[in-house]
Amino acid sequence: MDLKLLDVEPTEAERVVVDLFTGMGRDQLLPALHAVNDRVGWISQGALNHICRVLHVPPAEAYGVASFYSLFSLSERPAKITHVCVDLACQVNGAKALCDRLTDELGPAGAKSGWLRSPCLGVCEKAPAALAFEAGEVAKEQLLAPTHAGEVIAVAAAGPSHVDGERAEVPQAGSPGLRLLKRVGVVDPESLDDYRATGGYHALRTALLLGPSGVIREVSDAKLMGRGGAAFPTGRKWDATAKQPVRPHYLVCNADESEPGTFKDRLLMEGDPFAVIESMTIAGFAAGCSRGYLYLRGEYPRALHLLRNAISKARERNFLGENIMGHEGFSFDIEIRRGAGAYICGEETAIFNSIEGFRGEPRSKPPFPVEKGLFGKPTVVNNVETLVNVPVILTEGCEAYTRVGTEGSTGPKLFCLSGNVSRPGVYEVPFGTTLGELLDLAGGVPPGRELRAVLLGGAAGGFVRPDELDLPLTLEDARAAGTTLGSGVVLVLDDTADLGSFLLRIAAFFRDESCGQCVPCRIGTVRQEEALHRLVGKRPLSTSAADLQLLREVGQVMRDSSICGLGQTAWNAIESALDRLGYAEEAAK
Amino acid sequence: MTIVEIGLPKRLVEMTLDGESVRVPEGATILDACTAKGKSIPTLCYGDTLKPANACRVCMVEVEGSRTLVPSCSRKVEPGMVVHTDSERTQHSRKLVLELLGSATDLSTTPHVDEWMSACGADPSRFGPEAETKLQPTIVDNPLYVRDYGKCIMCYKCVDACGDQWQNSFAISVAGRGFDSRISTEFSTPLPDSACVYCGNCIEVCPTGALSFKREHDKREDGTWDESAQTQTTTVCTFCGVGCNLTLHVQDNEIVKVTSPHESTVTHGNLCIKGRFGWQHVQNR
Ligand SMILES: Cc1cc2nc3c(=O)[nH]c(=O)nc-3n(C[C@H](O)[C@H](O)[C@H](O)COP(=O)(O)O)c2cc1C
Ligand code: SF4
Ligand code: SF4
Ligand code: SF4
Ligand code: FES
Repeated sequence: MDLKLLDVEPTEAERVVVDLFTGMGRDQLLPALHAVNDRVGWISQGALNHICRVLHVPPAEAYGVASFYSLFSLSERPAKITHVCVDLACQVNGAKALCDRLTDELGPAGAKSGWLRSPCLGVCEKAPAALAFEAGEVAKEQLLAPTHAGEVIAVAAAGPSHVDGERAEVPQAGSPGLRLLKRVGVVDPESLDDYRATGGYHALRTALLLGPSGVIREVSDAKLMGRGGAAFPTGRKWDATAKQPVRPHYLVCNADESEPGTFKDRLLMEGDPFAVIESMTIAGFAAGCSRGYLYLRGEYPRALHLLRNAISKARERNFLGENIMGHEGFSFDIEIRRGAGAYICGEETAIFNSIEGFRGEPRSKPPFPVEKGLFGKPTVVNNVETLVNVPVILTEGCEAYTRVGTEGSTGPKLFCLSGNVSRPGVYEVPFGTTLGELLDLAGGVPPGRELRAVLLGGAAGGFVRPDELDLPLTLEDARAAGTTLGSGVVLVLDDTADLGSFLLRIAAFFRDESCGQCVPCRIGTVRQEEALHRLVGKRPLSTSAADLQLLREVGQVMRDSSICGLGQTAWNAIESALDRLGYAEEAAK
Repeated sequence: MTIVEIGLPKRLVEMTLDGESVRVPEGATILDACTAKGKSIPTLCYGDTLKPANACRVCMVEVEGSRTLVPSCSRKVEPGMVVHTDSERTQHSRKLVLELLGSATDLSTTPHVDEWMSACGADPSRFGPEAETKLQPTIVDNPLYVRDYGKCIMCYKCVDACGDQWQNSFAISVAGRGFDSRISTEFSTPLPDSACVYCGNCIEVCPTGALSFKREHDKREDGTWDESAQTQTTTVCTFCGVGCNLTLHVQDNEIVKVTSPHESTVTHGNLCIKGRFGWQHVQNR
């Protein structure tokens, strides 16, 4: 392929960082874009051109990829930029007032004023949150959470300090009986020795003794279900991949975690990064993968730092690399890929396109990933939390594991509590705990307030009423109740919350995050938002009833005819607010 | 396409289509089965010479046992499949997809869309006068063809034709995301500065008239475009030894556009700049 490039050259700084990719291929497109963004803060024509020359990518396609991600800018902007979260949990905790102050003092959000509105930053337990970024020879990022206008303005001016050092914290830290969170906030996340001293790498040793099919049997018998939202049996996925004769096989650990209200995977990665690495290694061994990709959302600087450290220490000690732990013939290594601001890249096939250097658009299924996934090869995609259950299963045995939780939903489960709740954070409970018990654990709504509703499962989930708190949190009970546990979001709204604005934010999220590939979602999410605006603002097209009808019809086509889960679920929460919380009647008044 | 397949005869797969038992060759799509049975299913992003993009979702049908509707243009028939093309769900979906498209884009030059809309009672105006649209000025940046992206439905066909499926020029791509997604060159540079070689193969596959010959565009602008007064004559390009087939569209004794038969086993409707645009000398009078 002869490339026709633009007649624009990169700056010296851009050239230096891009030249490091010499000899590499298209799958380095996203890392190369990050490298330029980290160095200068935006992607100029000269820089994009040079990336294309070095990686041999047509400029139109590279432009298509770069413009897909919201963390990149293709027009000039300052090196310092602060992303201010305006999503669900932050909205409930004062994000609007924060943004109003910033608008007054810095000017309206945009490149000029140096701050931008951001979708969920994944730190909902410390809302409201902001992430300050400064490009340079060493790019700096600092999470501000919980924050206030004064701090955001000060950091926006002075620039962030280097990757911030706050330790991962969970309310239950150190409590007996924790399985997934047992090290989080307790064990030094940078120390491989501490990890091993607390049982780390026992499970991998067991796995190597059991052999791949033995591991798959344990995981299947443990009835481990995926924790990323779709609740697919993990053992079945691994088995289907392991059986594919085509080589190589790949493993992708899905750490894109961008569902509003979800932050459990971040806690696991920040609090117990070696466990993520060990779990991936076991999965790779079981499914016959020689290589694993850890796809980490772009807004998790601290997790990135800790995972990089964990991977390099694991390599030094032969827990990654060739003949791992002396096991002849078992080689496995892990590469971290940073996302760049696109919720859709967490979809299990969009993630492949993103890694391969294409636009992060979902592919049509069939073929399924176990057959044709990353680079067209059989691939296992698993969520971080799903994987971290595997060492627990191998250490305790599948029988002990199935005694935790219920018949249909085995094991421990992490829930992300945020919103109007006294002690927000990630909680580990056995499946089957009721919603009410979970809320009590987190201290319930702040004193003097009354519970209004709980958003369960995230923006793609649904609402539950205060009279439904006896709902046992299991996959089967949630399904029977017409809702979902999704990614474990439990976002609490009390009587001070503004439900209309909350729903509008959900609608805006789906409109912003639609990849745009298919009509029902690309246009439907826009029409949904418009109709909801009219309903909430009491400015109906003709009557509120007609707008409600329009919403329902658009919702139905999104659910029926969208390509992927994003469009298919974009109407769920809004529908449940209308019907389950009675917002339909309120809006029609 | 009437490509003659040489090889083992295909096994037949049996399915039920709207209550009728149908046998189709293995590998056939639901759309193929419908076509064989004389059922017409609307399609927009499907291209007879391209791999299905599955993007427009106007061809959705109901397959029993499937949680969602499925795109008939790409879903292969499986043994025992029970398909409904006209159930309430499919009708609702078709109507809404057409309404959504019509509310955001100018479909005035998209063939068949009026018939489909009236058949299912679609009314794109019901999203109100303030519904956001993609309407925008036409881009005229070269003497050969124009791009009116207000008519673009993002079917991916031009990108696929320009890219690795046919032309390998990669001059255009989908840029942006969601409702803001668009077909674009890098940094929206004008076509003459891009990798475009003016083969016009993107125009050939465009289902909406978003891409059109400058001649057609000008005639539409001054109100002299009249398809009923046009003849189509298929002939052979005289420029080189490949001998591509050209279909000349002639109005008032003047060539107004050139297409190429998709059935051609050599070129599948693709041409180069000479065959597509190099006909002015024919009418130097
Ligand atoms: C729009 C969308 C976004 C998703 N984002 C994530 C994500 O960030 N993390 C994740 O683990 N799964 C995500 N999923 C679910 C994945 O498609 C997939 O089901 C999951 O990663 C499989 O892993 P599991 O079986 O371990 O749950 C998303 C799905 C959709 C449709
Ligand atoms: S449903 Fe939405 S996110 Fe998914 S493929 Fe379609 S447009 Fe993209
Ligand atoms: S005319 Fe040919 S090269 Fe130019 S954009 Fe269209 S398909 Fe690509
Ligand atoms: S310009 Fe035409 S071919 Fe290209 S995406 Fe738009 S409608 Fe499809
Ligand atoms: S024709 Fe089938 S999805 Fe467009």
